[in-house]
Amino acid sequence: MAQAKAKKIGAVEKKLISVADAVITAADRSKDPTLSIPIRSLANVNFNEKRGIIEMGKRKQERTFFNVSMAKKFMQTVLVADALSELQRADLTTSLREIYYRTKHTMKDSNENTFDNQNESDPLIEDLEVSLAALREELHVRAENAGSIVGPVVFGDDGDRVDCARLGKGGYSVPSIVEPDFIEIRRCTADFVLLVEKGTQWNRLSEDKFWRRYNCVLLTGNGQPPRGVRRLARRLHEEYKIPVYVLVDNDPWGYYIYSVVKQGSINLAFESERMAIPKAKFIGLSSADPDRYGLPRNVGIKLNDKDISRAKELLKYRWLQKKPWQEEIKRMLASGLKYELDALANKDFRYLTKTYLPRKLKEEDWLD
Amino acid sequence: MSTVLAKPPTTEPKAAPSAAEMGARQREISVSEFFTKNRHLLGFDNPRKALLTCVKEAVDNALDAAEEAGILPEVVVTLEVAANGEPAPPASQATRFRVTVIDNGPGIVRQQIPPIFAKLLYGSKFHRLRMSRGQQGIGISAAGMYAQLTTGKPVQITSSTGARAATHYFEVQIDTKKNEPRIFESKKIDWDHPRGTQVTLEIEGRYQKGRASVDEFLEQVAIANPHVTLVYHAPEGETRHYPRTIQELPPQPREIKPHPYGIEFGVLLRMLHDTRSHSLAGFLAGDFSRVSTAVAQEICRTAKLSGNARPRNVHGAAAEALYKAIQATKIMAPPSNCISPIGEKAILHGLYKQIKGEFYTAVTRPAAVYRGNPFIIEAGLAYGKGPDQVAVTPDAAAVPLAEGEQREDDNELARVIRYANRVPLLYQQSACATFKAVLETAWRNYGVAQSRGALPAGPMVVFVHMGSVWVPFTSESKEAIADYDEIRKEIKLALQECGRRLGMFLRRRERAKSEFRRRNIFELYIEEVVEACGRLKGGKLAKEKLKMQLQKIALKRTGGPRTDAILGHEGGPEGLPHSIIVTADGPEGEAPVLPGDEGSAVAPPEEARPDKTKPAAARRKAKGKAKPTRSARPPRRARPTKAAKPKTKAPKRRKR
Repeated sequence: MAQAKAKKIGAVEKKLISVADAVITAADRSKDPTLSIPIRSLANVNFNEKRGIIEMGKRKQERTFFNVSMAKKFMQTVLVADALSELQRADLTTSLREIYYRTKHTMKDSNENTFDNQNESDPLIEDLEVSLAALREELHVRAENAGSIVGPVVFGDDGDRVDCARLGKGGYSVPSIVEPDFIEIRRCTADFVLLVEKGTQWNRLSEDKFWRRYNCVLLTGNGQPPRGVRRLARRLHEEYKIPVYVLVDNDPWGYYIYSVVKQGSINLAFESERMAIPKAKFIGLSSADPDRYGLPRNVGIKLNDKDISRAKELLKYRWLQKKPWQEEIKRMLASGLKYELDALANKDFRYLTKTYLPRKLKEEDWLD
Repeated sequence: MSTVLAKPPTTEPKAAPSAAEMGARQREISVSEFFTKNRHLLGFDNPRKALLTCVKEAVDNALDAAEEAGILPEVVVTLEVAANGEPAPPASQATRFRVTVIDNGPGIVRQQIPPIFAKLLYGSKFHRLRMSRGQQGIGISAAGMYAQLTTGKPVQITSSTGARAATHYFEVQIDTKKNEPRIFESKKIDWDHPRGTQVTLEIEGRYQKGRASVDEFLEQVAIANPHVTLVYHAPEGETRHYPRTIQELPPQPREIKPHPYGIEFGVLLRMLHDTRSHSLAGFLAGDFSRVSTAVAQEICRTAKLSGNARPRNVHGAAAEALYKAIQATKIMAPPSNCISPIGEKAILHGLYKQIKGEFYTAVTRPAAVYRGNPFIIEAGLAYGKGPDQVAVTPDAAAVPLAEGEQREDDNELARVIRYANRVPLLYQQSACATFKAVLETAWRNYGVAQSRGALPAGPMVVFVHMGSVWVPFTSESKEAIADYDEIRKEIKLALQECGRRLGMFLRRRERAKSEFRRRNIFELYIEEVVEACGRLKGGKLAKEKLKMQLQKIALKRTGGPRTDAILGHEGGPEGLPHSIIVTADGPEGEAPVLPGDEGSAVAPPEEARPDKTKPAAARRKAKGKAKPTRSARPPRRARPTKAAKPKTKAPKRRKR
């Protein structure tokens, strides 16, 4: 298989080779070799209201070789492109860290390293993703398997049949690359997907077989969900037309996790197209819940300065301008408190399974 | 009266002393007795410091005497382990030392030898206002007293006032009760020195190298006194030779009268009583500096006293009014010719000779005044590691770094060397105005790192000298300069000027380096980029061609010849007054004419230079064997030459 690929150069590899071509062409014309890299920041994203996703803007930065401040980065970018094309040719997947080690060496006749730490190489991979419009999965770079799934869904993974209803309470570890080429969804009979921020709550729900009673897929990303988890939720949502509910802590970071699942992230806005789930619903914890569910004030945590400034930033995001959202965030700011999902255990260990979620689902009490 | 008040109620009264008895116990304390008990006041707190203090006092006296007599000083210091028949322990273990200091000074007349070396507070320098190393006439006698106290050995003095005069040999001790000399031995001997003085002290001491050691002291003496030839026979058998680099004596400081602002009330009363003038106005104009007849009249008017009043009759309220009037009257600052600064050139020479570096600079401030005493502040800087040391580093750093590792940075702090009237101050650095001024200077402005409240960091030696008719020390052992605002301000101004020049040097060097690095990094990166492109293209790439093309662009973009110009011109002392910059090609700027540089370009071999003035051992060692200290210079510089021989004047009969 690898040999077959070597003969026929893939589309992604072609894109990577274009980096070398840019250098060669410029050198032929005695020009400074330059790469155009779209800017990955809030200033360069647009919110497409119609589609409900964040899209990358058109602004780009020029990375030129013969500029003292950019020369090293330029050289490193070319090295990373080289390593990525090696992956393509050998048809292997690897991690960000291995790319770092693969490209690290001492430059000839010097004591300078090409890279000094991984922080230097990681952003370059993202730079290449956006400038070549190739997904990280297509570049064969994977992240840690940091997600779990359990529920009435059957996957085909490397020819193995994985029935997530028969994997006990541990569930299936979501691989970082879940594109159809790698993971096939053979069957899904669930009514909805519940994406939980924290592993503890996911464990509680899995242990209580919540998914069986409410016929749903339980998914967690242990914090900010990695791409595999987001992409899998998106595929279930898209291919089986089932709604996605998001359960996060009641704090600015929880809100942002929801916003990333729903509209896409700012840093990798170009991937929203394939990742974002514009119809995802925010099921909790809402800043209205402590009142509604009688959570005592003493299980809240005081917002610190960072929380407050982050919440104020969220208030300005174009995709959070809907009235209910503005009220939600302002209510949290007014109370001065944040609540963790874990705080529900104050009422009862199984309060989440027995009372909170059933009532939420029954009342259809969620934010869009 | 204590008998009345403190009546013991029960027990048989143990006869409390009566006033008469107590009175009978009162008696005079001689200075010698006082200092025997309080030897720490004079710098004999511990054996190590005592050894240093003895050397210091003897060397100070030798230099003062020679300079005053107009002789270019040559001083030989010998430290030996005193074994007294037993096998001598190694120097680092020994507790008894024999200190011998020989000078080529004017010598001392016979009858003055005993009091000079065996009577405290006997000297020539206390009663006049003139810059000199010694001030009180305590030092050498105190050293003798310390010897007597710890080993019981008398001070041995050999002195001759000229080739034709007799050489006298004395052994003396102090009678501590009377503060008078006791002579043990007095005879005429033959001496192989035509003129000069030799002092030998046997004391309890400890020899330890490093900070505040005898070695450091003598090295610093050599820095601040480049007109001195100094030979040091260390107790371990090594000989260090500090040749003279300036062939003329510093100008003789003048003696001045006191300035009215610097006088305390008690002193004024005494002067009023002792004066020979018959009128108050005459006294003011005659016994003070910078008081003209007009100013004297003005003071009298302000004090509401008659200018014709007899000075002796002015006391009590009148004297107080006079004192206030003096303070209220505007009087010109005292003349500064009573101070002889080392001079920028000499400081540069001294630093250059003793300290390896890349950049040297020196500043002499104009004279200023504290409490009526004129003083001059001088500062100098030696920065960098010296070309040979720099050359070593690239090899050491050749290993590429692992993640999280850092290059060993030079975190060493600057060294401050302090001087008062050309004498190095080695102790109590943090109590010294000098040190405080170094801390307060914002070195970061000049491109030198400095943490809060710390010395600047880097390979740097900061030199500060205060010259004054009366240096305000914090204690009798003369270890730190008192922190007067005026003094600290002057020190800071001098340091700032040095710092500015250093900053200019560093910036210029940095600019050249960064141009070089710019070119360099492109060359490095082109290699990488070409290789990566070759791999990306699956080997189908004319790599050499691409490399050439990129190199051409790089050259065009980095300025080419312009960069070369900057690089070739690295630094250059132009625009930096009183500075030396040392590059791989040698020193630029006000580089001192070191002995050996003059005369024939090709230096003859060492042995071909007979040097009659030095003992054979000095010649042998002066070749600059691999010496561990920073002071070691290449042999070329450390060599004595014919030019280094003293141009002595006719010997004068002078007593110290």
